Amino acid sequence: MKRFRFSSFMLVAGLLFIYAPMLILVIYSFNASKLVTVWGGWSIKWYVGLMDNTQLMGSVVRSLEIACYTAVAAVALGTLAAFVLTRITHFKGRTLFGGLVTAPLVMPEVITGLSLLLLFVAMAQMIGWPQERGIITIWIAHTTFCAAYVAVVVSARLRELDLSIEEAAMDLGARPWKVFFLITIPMIAPSLGAGGMMSFALSLDDLVLASFVSGPGSTTLPMEVFSAVRLGVKPEINAVASLILLAVSLMTFLVWFFSRRAEESRKRAIQQAIEEGAADSWKQPDVRRAQAPEAA
Amino acid sequence: MNMRKFKRRLSRIIPGGRQMVIGVPFIWLFMFFMLPFFIVLKISFAEADVAIPPYTEIYSYLDQKVQLLLNLSNYAMLAGDELYIAAYLGSLKMALISTVLCLLIGYPMAYAIASARKELQTVLVLLIMMPTWTAILIRVYAWMGILSNNGLLNGFLMSMGWINEPLQILNTNLAVYIGVVYSYLPFMILPLYANLVKHDNSLLEAASDLGSSTFNSFWKITIPLSKNGIVAGCMLVFIPVVGEFVIPELLGGPETLMIGKVLWQEFFNNRDWPVASALAVVMLAILIVPIILFNRSQAKEMEGKE
Repeated sequence: MKRFRFSSFMLVAGLLFIYAPMLILVIYSFNASKLVTVWGGWSIKWYVGLMDNTQLMGSVVRSLEIACYTAVAAVALGTLAAFVLTRITHFKGRTLFGGLVTAPLVMPEVITGLSLLLLFVAMAQMIGWPQERGIITIWIAHTTFCAAYVAVVVSARLRELDLSIEEAAMDLGARPWKVFFLITIPMIAPSLGAGGMMSFALSLDDLVLASFVSGPGSTTLPMEVFSAVRLGVKPEINAVASLILLAVSLMTFLVWFFSRRAEESRKRAIQQAIEEGAADSWKQPDVRRAQAPEAA
Repeated sequence: MNMRKFKRRLSRIIPGGRQMVIGVPFIWLFMFFMLPFFIVLKISFAEADVAIPPYTEIYSYLDQKVQLLLNLSNYAMLAGDELYIAAYLGSLKMALISTVLCLLIGYPMAYAIASARKELQTVLVLLIMMPTWTAILIRVYAWMGILSNNGLLNGFLMSMGWINEPLQILNTNLAVYIGVVYSYLPFMILPLYANLVKHDNSLLEAASDLGSSTFNSFWKITIPLSKNGIVAGCMLVFIPVVGEFVIPELLGGPETLMIGKVLWQEFFNNRDWPVASALAVVMLAILIVPIILFNRSQAKEMEGKE
């Protein structure tokens, strides 16, 4: 019992440790004083000032654009990778494939960034593409690294799925592609959504990869923030940072909300199916099986 | 008839569904993740040059002779220069200490989440997960305002009368430790939680029925069972921290020597691509064992084995 209390204390303290600095940052973004450490009353002038900063706004638009493309591509690529890892257990090079999927999670960003840049330079020399580095090259870099996160999230979900549903569809004559799009995809949709939002956020946040693979004139928001932050704390940056925090917390909330709703409707459907099944006179041993996903 | 023949021929050229499903992610990852490392390896043997791109080719074809010119001076320089060695050691020390700190703080937190009510667990996991989606840059930036000489922490300590003059925390190694632990704590907690939540409580009950103390069963049952989670969490912290750039750059000072920062400077400030490549190759060589350990534990997780 004593250990339980200790761990709960650590949890509360840890959450405080994680959230207090961000909260302080948001509060100080409303500081009227130009000196970031002195409190001069409430004001929103730093937020208003952001609107006039065209360079910053340009980088925001660029970052959002890249993040959108990345989310779409990373979900497609990551889902394929997760599907291969969980469903196709035997093929040549599977160990290598598994390594390639998960290694981007831990690979230091300076190494990935440098290596991708050198690849692009070598490609430009050999096949003349990419002529100049910019949105496309950043998109490729982000997709590669976000797909790994998507693969982890989606494969966790794929493993929980009841294989018998897919098998039933195939027994009834559905082609594998049809099964995948009509059965598998709808069942893993919440994790696809979560993976997409995660990729969006990760892409929006990335500084190191973008710094390596971007070209002149394609500065992203984190690069802009970084060059300002290097010189010290600035009130405008407080405002930008608070807006990013707001966007990310909003997205987190949406992920939670939608995944909860999906989970509830799934449970309700299962419950309904069980009740209907019980209403029929013939009892099935299958009832226990249908309950399994609920517990998971 | 003709159509059928055409289709059959087409199906021979176009790979089947199975190959496509494996092939698309495989080729992408090979092209944009694995192949680049070989190019880094190649360029680490080149010489810096005032040109675009700023390095020399390592092979040449002249008079029907293929010449391969491997320049080892980059590696010789890394081995000979104390700065680089100190930076590698500094990174490893930083990563090791922060990993231990993260584990000590993160394990109880993950344990508390895993033993909370089911409804609460989802919320707590999201609370832990949310910061990982927020830029490290911003979270580190938040600490700059807190730790600086005229920042909140010093202001608080001075107003309480505990210290008379501001403590120098920002731009020291202490600040980097705080920043690293702060930024990477969620990456420790999440895999630990994912592991702990699967544990079967009946084992602990059986142990306590047989007279084992709570601590004893924790030490002898929970910890060994969560080995995979511990390995995954530690690797998720240790490996990226070795190459970390943003945190030492913003929170560290002149005494903070870390290899990610040195590589960045070689590349962006000195424009010496071959030396930066050599630095990356050596870093990768140091990290290859932890990365393989991590991949193993991930593969086990993905296949659902313990």
